[in-house]
Amino acid sequence: MSVASDTDSTPQRGGIMRLWYDSEARQVIIQIFTIAVLFALVFYLVRNAVINLDAIGKSLGFDFLFQPANYDINQSFLEYDSRSSNLKAAIVGLLNTFLVAGLGIFIATIVGFVMGVLRLSKNFLMNRLVYCYVEAMRNVPVLLWILLVHGFIVVNMPGPRQALGLGESFFFSNRGINMPSPLPEPLFWATAITFILGVIGAIVFKRYAKKIQDETGKILPVLYVSFGLIVVLPVIVYFITGAPLNWETPAMQGFNFQGGYVVKPELIALTLALALYTSAFIAETVRSGILAVNYGQTEAAGALGLRNNRTLQLVVIPQAMRVIVPPLTSQYLNLTKNSSLAIAIGYMDITATLGGITLNQTGREMECMILVMAIYLCISLAVSSFMNWYNNRIKLIER
Amino acid sequence: MSDAKSYEPGQHPSLPPPKNLVGWQRWVWDNLFGTVSNTVLTLLSVYLLYLIIPGMLDYFVLDAVISANSRAECAELGKGACWAFIGDRFQVFIYGFYPAELRWRPNLAFVLLFVALAPVLYDNIPFRKYGLMFSLAFPIIAGVLMVGGVFGLEPVDTRLFGGVLLTIVIGVTGITFSLPLGILLALGRYSNLPAIKIVCTVFIEFIRGVPLITLLFVASTMLSYFLPPGTSFDLLLRVLIMVTLFASAYMAEVIRGGLQSLPKGQFEAADAMGLKYWQTMRLIVLPQALKISIPGIVNTFIGLYKDTTLVIVIGMLDVLGVAKSAVSDPVWNGLSVEIYVFVAGFFFICCFGMSRYSMYLEKKLHTGHKR
Amino acid sequence: MAKVATSKVESENAIEVRQMHKWYGEFHVLKNINLTVKRGERIVICGPSGSGKSTMIRCMNRLEEHQQGHILVDGIELTNDLKNIDAIRREVGMVFQHFNLFPHLTVLENCTLAPIWVRKTPKREAEEIAMKYLERVKIPEQALKYPGQLSGGQQQRVAIARSLCMNPRIMLFDEPTSALDPEMISEVLDTMIDLASTGMTMLCVTHEMGFARKVADRVIFMDGGEIIEENKPEEFFTNPQNERTKLFLSQILGH
Repeated sequence: MSVASDTDSTPQRGGIMRLWYDSEARQVIIQIFTIAVLFALVFYLVRNAVINLDAIGKSLGFDFLFQPANYDINQSFLEYDSRSSNLKAAIVGLLNTFLVAGLGIFIATIVGFVMGVLRLSKNFLMNRLVYCYVEAMRNVPVLLWILLVHGFIVVNMPGPRQALGLGESFFFSNRGINMPSPLPEPLFWATAITFILGVIGAIVFKRYAKKIQDETGKILPVLYVSFGLIVVLPVIVYFITGAPLNWETPAMQGFNFQGGYVVKPELIALTLALALYTSAFIAETVRSGILAVNYGQTEAAGALGLRNNRTLQLVVIPQAMRVIVPPLTSQYLNLTKNSSLAIAIGYMDITATLGGITLNQTGREMECMILVMAIYLCISLAVSSFMNWYNNRIKLIER
Repeated sequence: MSDAKSYEPGQHPSLPPPKNLVGWQRWVWDNLFGTVSNTVLTLLSVYLLYLIIPGMLDYFVLDAVISANSRAECAELGKGACWAFIGDRFQVFIYGFYPAELRWRPNLAFVLLFVALAPVLYDNIPFRKYGLMFSLAFPIIAGVLMVGGVFGLEPVDTRLFGGVLLTIVIGVTGITFSLPLGILLALGRYSNLPAIKIVCTVFIEFIRGVPLITLLFVASTMLSYFLPPGTSFDLLLRVLIMVTLFASAYMAEVIRGGLQSLPKGQFEAADAMGLKYWQTMRLIVLPQALKISIPGIVNTFIGLYKDTTLVIVIGMLDVLGVAKSAVSDPVWNGLSVEIYVFVAGFFFICCFGMSRYSMYLEKKLHTGHKR
Repeated sequence: MAKVATSKVESENAIEVRQMHKWYGEFHVLKNINLTVKRGERIVICGPSGSGKSTMIRCMNRLEEHQQGHILVDGIELTNDLKNIDAIRREVGMVFQHFNLFPHLTVLENCTLAPIWVRKTPKREAEEIAMKYLERVKIPEQALKYPGQLSGGQQQRVAIARSLCMNPRIMLFDEPTSALDPEMISEVLDTMIDLASTGMTMLCVTHEMGFARKVADRVIFMDGGEIIEENKPEEFFTNPQNERTKLFLSQILGH
């Protein structure tokens, strides 16, 4: 619609010029031209690549994925040693990417929402404090935060022998955090099952409460009952069955801790830096989302007699979420993509394994980079298509 | 009960508000202690400030050591931060390994940068037209100055670029070229010609879907495969191209947002006036769309500027790279926090400055809008 | 401000305002307002913009806080006491200039929201009431649409229906027609006239003088934060007492 057509005003011209002044023909010409140029360019690049690869006697192929990787990965969810294949190394790396992204998103969301709400607080001091936090976080490169946190842990934290202890079970040192790992006894299943039943019970109760409200208008205390079912009940069962959960606490042996879980400094630094950096952006998103809800909406709800918490629950939050969710997802994606900076501190994610060591050892630049980029693209496309679906679903209906 | 003094209708004077409504006491009440939750927040913030400020102040300022020759000497002089390394390494932080006797060239380029920026940023400068022409020519002038090799200037290998110099080179180049490219991409994606639309969309989504670091790897490891056999070009130039492409995809999305927020009537009115496509875009659409997207554009600039640090992953030494190598210097061993805090300060000043400028611009344009 | 009347005694006056003052910071917006509205009375408030009319009626359901004097609605005094505020808001409906419908809820959900969550009405019943009032404002067929799909006039009628669903004893109208296109004003005014015929107590900030003549029991003129003049509509329009009233009337009736 934005292309002006002037077929009517132009006098008759001959041959090709006439086609050029026909609006439809012109569109077709432009498009064919674009595609032709593009194909020529791609052809040229691919031809160069083929010639260059031939010259050094390389051929494209993904066999290297099944050859032994010959390097170690210090944190892995799967059985992995240096004889495992490159493919397995890549999978381990991908899982590590998901781990750091998942943890980071979890922390960033919580911190970001709290900061965003505090930023709107009428309290002058808190308001300013959060403002400083947000500006400091987002005006410094995330890579710098990662290196800073990592450097702080590795250089400034004490060694394992002088580790800072939190009670007798958590130890902070330059080797990371050592914490107890759970050793459940057989009877522990009772608590676990109670918890699951509690969650199911809470869902059922919420539906029941909705039904009761629809029928009689009575409003049941869903929040308290859910809390009781999900938290209090399992705790009671846990103690009735005699607290059947033991913890293996880390203990000093030689120069390092033995037993329990260890969280490596790389994972801590990466997670913390990514989460706090992203939380600053989330805080701004949340703030502007809440501000985007017209104040008249709050007033109208007030005039109808809704209390503040109900106004939030029924009127402000549902509208704010529409504004918040799309930028929030792109922040999540940014965090996931930024997790590739792991390579700078030696955390073994997908970029550091497949795109780093495997690439250097096998010399398969082309294949490795294509795979790494394809994996990130798949994650991005999956998330953004989900987002489009979600946006269409919650879009405000207007005429 | 208030004073019962009565006035004729329409003659009631404005009275000062009751004492408890104004003044600093009221402000304190409203902003710090008005409600229970407010009081809790105040106490919490005071506690946080108490936790953060004195410790930080002691470590980074009061107990800090400013001049010493090594880390060990620092430790003897005081127990706070050791800033001495900055004096020691200052030249490297600024210029990288740029030959000392030629440093007047980047200095001159840096001064010219401000001359070139002035007519772009402020619109009431005399001879703005000529200024803008200079701004257009600036990238070439600066490039010639820094790299040399023509007009009798001694050539300098780009591998010697480093520190703040490299950060600014990458940042400024990316910012300069990503805006026009981003505009073209946005127009392409917004176009109603399917082929162009698809090409632009695929390009934008591809770039936005992968981390910058993978693009930099491509630039450093596999780009040479796609060039005619026997040719290769400078790594810095390859990085500049990748960074520009990367930023332009984000820029395109920001500008597309601006395009979409324009009412259809604008396009219809332009068509009705008989304007051609490019006229419509240049005269009607882009001025409005760009104005709307200023905050987003500046945010993209800031993001790009921060992303320049990623070049350390492919072995280039920008500010952060210099810092990182300083951390592992045995003489200054164990100073990671000080060094990184120093670099963080540098980035904070640059980025915060940019975001402030965008807020100023928004305000200025906003009042213009009201008129 | 010590007296807190919580008695539910049926008072004769719907609204009683005594010596009420309000400031925005240093600015004295409402000066010594005294106003008594009888049950079933219909009052039109007019005056130039910035005269404090909207602020005044917004004080009556505590969307704005007053700083001196007393406001009693239905015999309940408005203070900081949340119980009183809740009680008053249940009894007082309000219609806004910009409708303030909730765009994420359908018309029907807009109408049932407050009955369900404030009055704790069963859903079915709340929907029946809502449909009754939507029929009353003549748009039952739009019940399942979203506010964004309706015209301005229709939206304002939904807003009126939404307030009526709470079964209020008093209705406040804050310039209900000034954001509407001319052809839509009459449909909203018709709805309001219809409402007036049921004996509802109404306070209406509006410049629709035809409406004032037809419906109002009293017209109040405000300027500079004061009530300058109040009178029966006939008297008010034909024989204004105060100079400022004359000037104002000549300006809005002049063409």
